[in-house]
Amino acid sequence: MNTALERIAVSALALLASAVIFGLLLIFYAGVDPFEAYALMYQGAFGSWFSFQNTLTRAAPLILTALCTALPARLGLIIIGNEGALVLGGVAAAAAGVAVAASGPLVTNLAMAAAAMIAGGAWIALAGGLRQYRGVNETISSLLLTYIAIALMNHFVEGPLRDPTSLNKPSTPPIGDANMLGTIGGSDVHWGLAFGIVACLICYLVQRFTTFGFAMQVIGGNPKTARMMGLNVGRYVLVACAAGGAAAGLAGMVEVAAVHGKANASLAVGYGFTGILVSFLARHHPLAIIPVAILLGGIGASGGLLQRRLDLPDAAVVVLQGIIFVCILASETLYGRSWAWLWRFRAVEGR
Amino acid sequence: MDGSDLGLWGVPLAMLAGAIRVSTPFIFVSLGECLTERSGRINLGLEGTLMMGAMTAYGTALLSGSPWLGVLVAAGVGLMLGALHAALCQLPKVNDIATGIGLMLFGTGLAFFLGKPYIQPKAPNLGALDLGAWSSIPQVQQALQVNPLFLIGIVLAFALAWALKNTRWGLIVRLAGESVDAALAIGASVGRVRLLATAVGGAFAGIGGAFLSLYYPGSWNEGLSSGQGLMAVALVIFARWDPIRCLWASLLFGAAGAISPALQSVGVTQGYYLFSAAPYVLTLALMIATCSPARSLRGAPAELGAVK
Repeated sequence: MNTALERIAVSALALLASAVIFGLLLIFYAGVDPFEAYALMYQGAFGSWFSFQNTLTRAAPLILTALCTALPARLGLIIIGNEGALVLGGVAAAAAGVAVAASGPLVTNLAMAAAAMIAGGAWIALAGGLRQYRGVNETISSLLLTYIAIALMNHFVEGPLRDPTSLNKPSTPPIGDANMLGTIGGSDVHWGLAFGIVACLICYLVQRFTTFGFAMQVIGGNPKTARMMGLNVGRYVLVACAAGGAAAGLAGMVEVAAVHGKANASLAVGYGFTGILVSFLARHHPLAIIPVAILLGGIGASGGLLQRRLDLPDAAVVVLQGIIFVCILASETLYGRSWAWLWRFRAVEGR
Repeated sequence: MDGSDLGLWGVPLAMLAGAIRVSTPFIFVSLGECLTERSGRINLGLEGTLMMGAMTAYGTALLSGSPWLGVLVAAGVGLMLGALHAALCQLPKVNDIATGIGLMLFGTGLAFFLGKPYIQPKAPNLGALDLGAWSSIPQVQQALQVNPLFLIGIVLAFALAWALKNTRWGLIVRLAGESVDAALAIGASVGRVRLLATAVGGAFAGIGGAFLSLYYPGSWNEGLSSGQGLMAVALVIFARWDPIRCLWASLLFGAAGAISPALQSVGVTQGYYLFSAAPYVLTLALMIATCSPARSLRGAPAELGAVK
């Protein structure tokens, strides 16, 4: 059986199962007709050009933060520090943007992107390095680094980088309207989406067509073999983690440069955590990340409509995401087995 | 001295009070995680279990008027979530670390979803024992207000340590974690042992959540937990999988978490957020100091893949 087809079939089955479980929850707890809820979700996510643009705008940071989990996953590492890298990237971008705000939009945006990618990349590379050279579990360390990053953001935003005129919601000084990242063509979708798609394409091409990408696959498959082949595993770990962190940092820059115009607590709204889910749903495949991020961006975008029309709590979409995550993970067990069952079934029938 | 102004002495006193008050959820979650990991499985989803425990305990206490019934229900919910985690991990090819993260997301989301109606109303509190009545200083009295769950946690730590070492059940749990072959040789079903250990570990975490919502901070809202469930995993590693050391580590973490408000109360406001990151930095520093790439950690269950 074709593995790509198997992946799609198993993922679809898992999505269907999560839709059923969430539907049951809606019926028995909230007393809401699940079909109405799903119809509303479709309407809120993809139903009109306006809502689709909203979905795409939400998908942009998800694509970038998902890479933060997907790239190290190629080496067998589970990194979940996406939110931390995003938040630090946002703060670094805001600081850089304010510092060079007078030198024109292009220079400002480049400086912001560079600062964000360096900050995010270094943050996740730290987790990778600790794993490689000190044996510290990268999942736990990257999560702890997230909490530390959020504390650092609060410190900078309320302390050294605070704009004295931001009274109610402490923020950094704005980077200025002229320096904001524009939108693509005639739409309301900002350039962050293009950044994300290009980043995914680059990751795919590197993984698919270069020796570097092949070496990553070898390390992920069997680190001992990789060492015996003379591969410098540590270097690959550091590069993959730094690249993933840089992508998540860039997501922070996009949020600052295209949405908020400054860094404040609205950076830490969970795009990083949803990015983990996107990466797992896409089975860490760079190209699959794009449609999955759009799907989950759509689920997120429809939350408001569910709240207004059906009076569901805003956490409803988080529950749905959690159910999807668990179902997808549990469906891993079907790989290689489901088809064997089907085959046996056919064989019995044919007898 | 009239007792209300202790000057700089207020900082260590507040840290002692914090160690007693803040550490209780740590004690329960880390003991639960300790039991689970000793059986050879890791559960990263205890953060979600903690939130579900907090929400159900609060809801039950509100509806029934009995906070202790809330604690019981929280333990039951934790038991079910732990069993769910164990059952999923039992399936072939299912990654236990990723499943833990998934259940963390699910548990937290579900707690927010189901707990929406309980944010406003005020549920009955668990109450406290006044062990500081001998003192005339209000801060000391306040610091020594001890919740019964704290004492239960201490007893539980010693009981768990004793049971793991001296009972047949403890032996089987340790065997499941140290050597699957040896466990099979004495006729124990490793899967069933891990299922039970993970479920009971989840129940402990649920009780920890009940403490959060029913005693300190003592209300239900979405920002109730600040990662205690996840820090507990690091804490167990720091404690080298020993229940008694889990207890001391929890106290230490509670004290570290109290540094930031304590310093603010004596007028040190600079770097409030930096100090609030102290527990996380401490955990990371401890992991860096105690881990090594060359060998697995001393005291680590041999079947526990996640910490290798």
